[in-house]
Amino acid sequence: MDIEILSRIQFAFTVAFHYIYPPLSIGIGLILVIMEGMYLKTGKKVFEDMTRFWIKIFALIFGLGVATGIIMEFEFGTNWATYSKYVGDIFGSALAAEGIFAFALESGFLGILLFGWKRVSSKVHFISTLMVFLGSLFSAVWIVVANSWQQTPAGYHIVGEGLQARAEITDFWAMVFNPSSIDRLLHVWIGAFLAGAFLVMSVNAYYIIKKKHLEIAKPSFKIALVVATIFSLAQLFTGHHSAEGVSKNQPAKMAAMEGHFDHSAKADMYIMGWVDKKNETTSGIKIPGGLSFLLHGDFDTPVTGLKSFPAEERPTAINAIFQFYHIMVAIGIFLIILTLYANWQWKKGKLFDKKWLMLVFVWAVLLPQIANQVGWFTAEMGRQPWVVYGLLKTSDALSQAVKAEHVLISLILFTLVYAILFALFLYLMNKKIKHGPVVQTIHEEEISSQGSLRENPLMKNDLS
Amino acid sequence: MIFGIDYNTLWFLVFGAVITGYAILDGFDLGAGALHLFLKKETSRRIALNAIGPVWDGNEVWLVIGGGALFAGFPVAYAAIFSAFYLPAMIFLIGLIWRAVAIEFRSKEPGKMWRLTWDIIYSFACIVVTLSLGLMLGNVAMGLPLDSQKEFNGDILSFLNPFSIMVAVTTLALFMTHGAIYLAMKTENRLYTKLTILAKNFTVFFLVAFGVTTLYTLLYIPHLTDRIRSNPVYFIFPVLMFLAIANIPRQLKNGNYRFAFISSSITIASLLITVALEVFPNLLYASNDPNNSITISNAASSPKTMKTLLIIALIGTPLVGIYTSFVFWTFKGKVKLDDMSY
Ligand code: HDD
Ligand code: HEM
Ligand code: HEM
Repeated sequence: MDIEILSRIQFAFTVAFHYIYPPLSIGIGLILVIMEGMYLKTGKKVFEDMTRFWIKIFALIFGLGVATGIIMEFEFGTNWATYSKYVGDIFGSALAAEGIFAFALESGFLGILLFGWKRVSSKVHFISTLMVFLGSLFSAVWIVVANSWQQTPAGYHIVGEGLQARAEITDFWAMVFNPSSIDRLLHVWIGAFLAGAFLVMSVNAYYIIKKKHLEIAKPSFKIALVVATIFSLAQLFTGHHSAEGVSKNQPAKMAAMEGHFDHSAKADMYIMGWVDKKNETTSGIKIPGGLSFLLHGDFDTPVTGLKSFPAEERPTAINAIFQFYHIMVAIGIFLIILTLYANWQWKKGKLFDKKWLMLVFVWAVLLPQIANQVGWFTAEMGRQPWVVYGLLKTSDALSQAVKAEHVLISLILFTLVYAILFALFLYLMNKKIKHGPVVQTIHEEEISSQGSLRENPLMKNDLS
Repeated sequence: MIFGIDYNTLWFLVFGAVITGYAILDGFDLGAGALHLFLKKETSRRIALNAIGPVWDGNEVWLVIGGGALFAGFPVAYAAIFSAFYLPAMIFLIGLIWRAVAIEFRSKEPGKMWRLTWDIIYSFACIVVTLSLGLMLGNVAMGLPLDSQKEFNGDILSFLNPFSIMVAVTTLALFMTHGAIYLAMKTENRLYTKLTILAKNFTVFFLVAFGVTTLYTLLYIPHLTDRIRSNPVYFIFPVLMFLAIANIPRQLKNGNYRFAFISSSITIASLLITVALEVFPNLLYASNDPNNSITISNAASSPKTMKTLLIIALIGTPLVGIYTSFVFWTFKGKVKLDDMSY
């Protein structure tokens, strides 16, 4: 296989694996802030118990996020050296800012969040939780800004030619607030909140079905449901706004997302469908003129189609982009229906009585994860063949010094390592969830029964 | 220009400071990990892990910042270095993954085998990470063959040369000393005594490794000592390093582990400063043709970006300093295990 394909596979694989964890950290971070905030406000033990339980889960997820994130930072240099030189001036500042403003904040206070329960007052602990959450929010900011600049470059000019060409910043803030940054940042943040909220609901729905830890499970579920409802609705708006932006700034991507080929005709919107790339047609269940309406408020306004672009400037995997995009939208709509229905049941006081509903929530944890992944695949594959839209082709972005066989070796290594990590992650998560939250009263009895371990009375309790 | 120093030099200083900070901070975590298997008892190992538990992740962030600082300020060097060191960089990164997850996973199961497995993975990961860091440092100091596009054009396995291997072993010895001292600071009673003995032995290990490497450098890699020989003032740094090292056993004997820790930190810093003095203004010396070398001027980002970066650093560094100190202060003193511990 050639080095371009291998490098793309490796990048996609490592970043997609990384992207399982950060959304959960960000989302659970938000939930932790809410839970601990309620504990501070009410002083009720339930809130403390649920906070402590989710802190332990958070630690596990966070650890994997950190471990897989470090890879990403250096992969630009190892595999995409020419790209790194090209965008270094712009992209580098975002990455440096991310390190210093976001990761340092996050991992600094993480120590207190995880280990400081006894060492600092509950107010200081709450502030640490808040800082970790803010840090994780910021970390999404800079990386999404950098990626958005690749999608919709702004605030730069090009100097040099050929392999020596590179983009230089002319206007820092125009670079930061490039046309797609804000839309995509909000969309990514909300996607993360949904991932976190649905994990919390999934675990608690499981307890409710098993009739375990009910005094903690029910209020936890409700907290997460409120978060999930608000953000499922909000995601529709940010997603729609993103789509408008894409049609304006990256028309070829928009055309691929809806399988729209004709030069400049009214465009349909598909509920589901299939793109035949060879014959340049798309078939399926559609709303005629739907895309025109969505983008321009009118069913007949023409939209630029793929045929308007020379073949070498069209995304290649059109059907995949189409499918990924439609899966995301379908999930988005489903999450809205599901959360609204659950709220309605809650209002009737029957939320926890329907076993099938709880079962749906146990499995629904996968949906935001899938939507987050396919969303990125849509955005990134739709950008092809460009690595920086309209400026630098992916095939020109590689490292000159690296050979295909080296990438193959590292790709095999990553596959092995990540497969083991993922298996261990699932195993330990499962164990932690089965073990469940520790309820304070039992806790204190255990402490007094272990009087002999004077220095560290709680030592035996850490196995959870 | 600020105070007569141009932006590129300033950013070189910032980058150097970040890498030095990283080596000092993560150096003790990695060192503590590398010597982990010398500790035999379960409680000792747990105490050692909890000594670095609240801080190692924050320490590792200095690497992330350093990577970002190189990428942002000197993208050409970032691209050349990491693509030239493709394999050691990958091994380094995979080592970091295992270090991170081993710390996290170990405590999650009580079983003896489970814990032993993770102890071994953890310790080896730390050793591998340290050695590959040393290898990369050695190669950067020595220089690499670069073509006129400033891309590496040598053999990908050439990073395994005698000089770099010696640097790698020296780095390991230094980090282990540093780690043992840090752990001594955080422990009491018999574990403390054991760690002070380990620290002394590692100091000897370091002195031998360092001596051999220095001799080799003087004999075979003259371009690495030119600047110090022509500017005797700079001898101050190697001398400082020797004083700092010599000070370690003395401080340990008197139980002044805090001073011993400062000494080993100074050793790390002066070692890196010495290397930086020798390579400056190159970032990567082209061993085939010095004209192809990557320097702080031909690798630099635009002045506008440099200015932006300096502003970011100026705002960011004090913030990081404040809360890092706060975290270290919160966990000051000897390790006490509790229910949130590993
Ligand atoms: C700031 C930069 C940045 C960020 C935040 C992301 N990516 Fe990306 N992505 C790239 C920068 C990039 C890239 C360096 O530009 C790649 C490598 C090769 C290419 O064409 O684009 C890329 C390629 C790439 C591909 C391969 C596309 C193809 O080859 O057709 C996939 C599937 C993803 N990414 C997925 C993701 C996911 C799941 C992300 C969420 C974390 C993500 N990207 C964030
Ligand atoms: C290719 C792009 C990416 C790179 C280079 C990257 C880099 C990194 C690095 C170096 C770390 C470890 C930091 C540490 O040691 O604490 C990390 C962790 C993290 N990353 Fe990424 N990342 C990427 C994509 C993303 C995206 C798209 C998001 C958010 C939407 C994100 C959010 C986070 C968060 C929140 C963490 C902290 C650990 C965690 O919460 O799991 N990253 N990333
Ligand atoms: C409700 C309907 C939704 C619509 C109309 C929508 C629309 C979009 C569009 C147009 C893009 C591409 C943006 C670009 O290429 O610049 C995108 C990307 C993305 N979507 Fe969605 N989306 C929806 C739901 C969701 C849901 C529910 C999630 C996750 C829980 C999600 C997560 C993502 C992610 C992570 C990306 C990649 C980042 C980005 O480009 O913003 N989306 N979405």
